[in-house]
Amino acid sequence: MTEVVDILVSASFWAAVIRIASPLLFATMGELICERAGVLNLGIEGIMVAGAFAGWMAVWSGAGLWTGVAIAFGAGALFGLLHATLTVPFGLSQHVVGLGVTLLATSASYYAYRLALPQVTTPPRIEAFQPLPIPGLADIPILGPALFAQTAMTYLAFATVAVVALVLWRTPLGLALRAAGENPAAVAAQGLSVTGIRMGAVMVGSGLMAVGGAFLTMSAFDSFFFEMVNGRGWVCIALVVFGAWRPGKAALGTLLFAFFDAFQIRLQQTALGADVPYQIFLMLPFLLSILALIVMSRRAEVPAALMVPWRKGER
Amino acid sequence: MSRLIRPRPPLALTRRRLLAASAGGLALAGLARPGRLMAEEPIRVAGIYTVPVEQQWVSRIHIAAEAAQAAGAVDYRYSENVSNTDYARVMREYAESGMQLIVGEVFGVEAESREVAAEYPEVAFLMGSSFKEDPAVPNFAVFDNYIQDAAYLTGIAAGAMTETANIGMVGGFPIPEVNRLMHAFMDGAREINPDIRFQVAFIGSWFDPPRAKETAFGMIEGGADIMYAERFGVSDAAQERGMLAIGNVIDTQPDYPDTVITSALWHFEPTMEAAIAAVRAGEFTAKDYGIYSFMIHGGCSVAPFGTFEGRVPEEAVALMAQREEEILSGAFVTPINDDEPRSG
Repeated sequence: MTEVVDILVSASFWAAVIRIASPLLFATMGELICERAGVLNLGIEGIMVAGAFAGWMAVWSGAGLWTGVAIAFGAGALFGLLHATLTVPFGLSQHVVGLGVTLLATSASYYAYRLALPQVTTPPRIEAFQPLPIPGLADIPILGPALFAQTAMTYLAFATVAVVALVLWRTPLGLALRAAGENPAAVAAQGLSVTGIRMGAVMVGSGLMAVGGAFLTMSAFDSFFFEMVNGRGWVCIALVVFGAWRPGKAALGTLLFAFFDAFQIRLQQTALGADVPYQIFLMLPFLLSILALIVMSRRAEVPAALMVPWRKGER
Repeated sequence: MSRLIRPRPPLALTRRRLLAASAGGLALAGLARPGRLMAEEPIRVAGIYTVPVEQQWVSRIHIAAEAAQAAGAVDYRYSENVSNTDYARVMREYAESGMQLIVGEVFGVEAESREVAAEYPEVAFLMGSSFKEDPAVPNFAVFDNYIQDAAYLTGIAAGAMTETANIGMVGGFPIPEVNRLMHAFMDGAREINPDIRFQVAFIGSWFDPPRAKETAFGMIEGGADIMYAERFGVSDAAQERGMLAIGNVIDTQPDYPDTVITSALWHFEPTMEAAIAAVRAGEFTAKDYGIYSFMIHGGCSVAPFGTFEGRVPEEAVALMAQREEEILSGAFVTPINDDEPRSG
């Protein structure tokens, strides 16, 4: 028991929670924007791979780190454009298109990787984002090292949550975007373009997913591996539902998931780890998140027009 | 999704192979390559890998096959990143295209790959596998990087270097090969310091460096000052926190000059040579080629200390040299334990 307390009061544990949460925050916000506009984006897993590759590749080819992040965003937005073109004006099945985009983005990333690096023994490394302690704040006990001694991309992740929440609930653009996911006919009646709003939302959302992927190769690690996204995209889809399509709640869910993940890593090395199979520990974050999801999603309001294609003039 | 790196051999090759069976074909083959006897024809080898050829484990096979090709012993082509669901198809494709020896890894398709092999009895299959050979499929031999000898020796170095008597080990999945090397490493470390505590964890993935890194951070916080780096990402955590690491399969010291003390290296060449010789002699049978990864066959070695030259205690260096000599002479046999290692 004291071991558990020791874990919970250590600053490095909370720093790990924030680190693990950061890529998921970007991607969860990206998925949330898409779904709020009425489009389920199952391309997330592949778009994260594309972002992880594009950002890293750009930096390796000589671009600056922030240029790399921008390029990752752009690559994601391009796949978003493909997804949106097929699902919004053409109204195709969002499930099929999303999975197709995931397969395409994953394979295209690998293809580009092999063209650029035909024969290497280990993937090259880049000079990744380094921790950037904020003067003053970083010296606060426990909280300081956990929150204010992270990389610049982590700060960007939390800023993204705030911006997404602000735009969605405090601006006319956000209102129109949410309305496109609830009642597209009303949006059209206002003289706004449902197609334009939805496509824009999917592109921006996909861009954020790609930045989440880029976090893995540019902040959490400094090199690209083919399967390194490893299901994180699918987790984000669940986190959006967990957050009841609200940015704050979704961010909270992301932190909770990261908490369980960082916790199980350390719990494995306590006396408990000697008796319990390691698979149980690896399962823990998912298991607890599902339980929390059941509790949290009871009063969730699904965007009414989620996955419903909008055809102008059709009643 | 698979991608054939080199184009499939033209149809003529298959036809020639069929013709070669007849006397006329023999003459034709002789004409096609003047000055070469049939016995010197390079063996046609195909590699099928579920990961990119950069991956540590696969890279050792790939390098050995390319070296054999450079020496003229084989004609080598390969497919990388073949998913397990696609694996049987690629096996068939190569078997049908006239390959004589197919090398790969069937950890995710153990049963299915044996079924496919049984359909092509004339093709030799040499596959990385967690299971043993099966006499019912005589053309299907198995191997894995059983480099416990080298792992044991690096364990001695780690055991002598840890100041906290606490070593962290991050693995992918607890399959026999991983378990065996971890146990050998632990045995080696315990020989020089019986009081060492080991933190063991598996991350449930072969390719998730950020997760491996997070797990390693957790262990370093738990007191580990040396990491056994079975996965990418572990040495990075050690480097960031100023701790040390031991590499596995490939020499990682050039990437982490101040972190990696030494590495247990795998050499696939002896396995490859044994298989090529068997195919050439027409004697390829179901057996466990894993023994060719043992030190006595030249299948593994300890990387030079390099930047750590002079920093490893004399006593440990002497013990490593003594054990290595005994392993090579057969006086010492590294204990083999394929059970899942636990923390403690």
